[in-house]
Amino acid sequence: MSLAHTTVVVLAATPAQRAELITFVILAPVSVLTALGMVLNRHAVYSALLLVVNFFCLAAFYVLLQAQFLAVVQVIVYAGAIMVLFLFVLMLLGVSNEDVLKETIRGQRPAAAVLVVLLLAGVVWAIFAKPFSGPGADLVRVANGDNVRAIGQLLFTRYVFAFEATGLLLVVAAVGALVLGKRRRP
Amino acid sequence: MTVQPSWYLVLSALLFTIGVAGVLIRRNAIVVFMCVELMLNAVNLSFIAFSKLNGDLNGQVLSFFVMVVAAAEVVVGLGILVAIFRKRSSTSVDDVNLLKG
Repeated sequence: MSLAHTTVVVLAATPAQRAELITFVILAPVSVLTALGMVLNRHAVYSALLLVVNFFCLAAFYVLLQAQFLAVVQVIVYAGAIMVLFLFVLMLLGVSNEDVLKETIRGQRPAAAVLVVLLLAGVVWAIFAKPFSGPGADLVRVANGDNVRAIGQLLFTRYVFAFEATGLLLVVAAVGALVLGKRRRP
Repeated sequence: MTVQPSWYLVLSALLFTIGVAGVLIRRNAIVVFMCVELMLNAVNLSFIAFSKLNGDLNGQVLSFFVMVVAAAEVVVGLGILVAIFRKRSSTSVDDVNLLKG
């Protein structure tokens, strides 16, 4: 497809679709490159910072997919709380210990590469084998124009038991972290 | 040409496999943890893409639960890492080999 043809096709869409296309085309490579950089970077702090950028890209994708509430939660919980926790632990344990480059199991990296390529091929094949095409539904209309209210209603009616269970889980996790972090008195 | 939800599915598959590669290759336990987070986020993205594809908000609620569980997991996991580091002064996953036969 030539560039001019692509431009014409892009201009033929509605403004919202055009904006979505442009955002996706810019942010999808950014998210993949930051993920790759996170895996390949030898300094754990750089990995953490690249992961933050990746999380922001994902939040933008959530907005494009009409999941506004989850986009905000993504920024607050992941890019805010979880990554601060990661960086905090990195600082606590010392940033100087870089990864050892020596392979402990011989042939682990080539084997990992082969397995990863197989996994990717399998998943992509599964995506295109099923008819997952189509533009999707308008979730704003499904949620009656209020994403937060619709999700809240689902959480407190259909998923109320799971919601309470996650509350319990969070308490257990907080107590567990306290117990793990406590120094034993001699 | 408009963005199809299946594009997000492919992107999510890519991010997930990058996370798997990181877990398989990296030796620093904190970076392995970050890769697990990346995989969880990739799955969240596919949940939300399916939610859009089917016009159903249940996928978004499920994705919310994944985030909550991921937060709990990170807290406990990093607590374990700090405890291991106090004992062994190392965060390499190869140094934790007490169960090795």
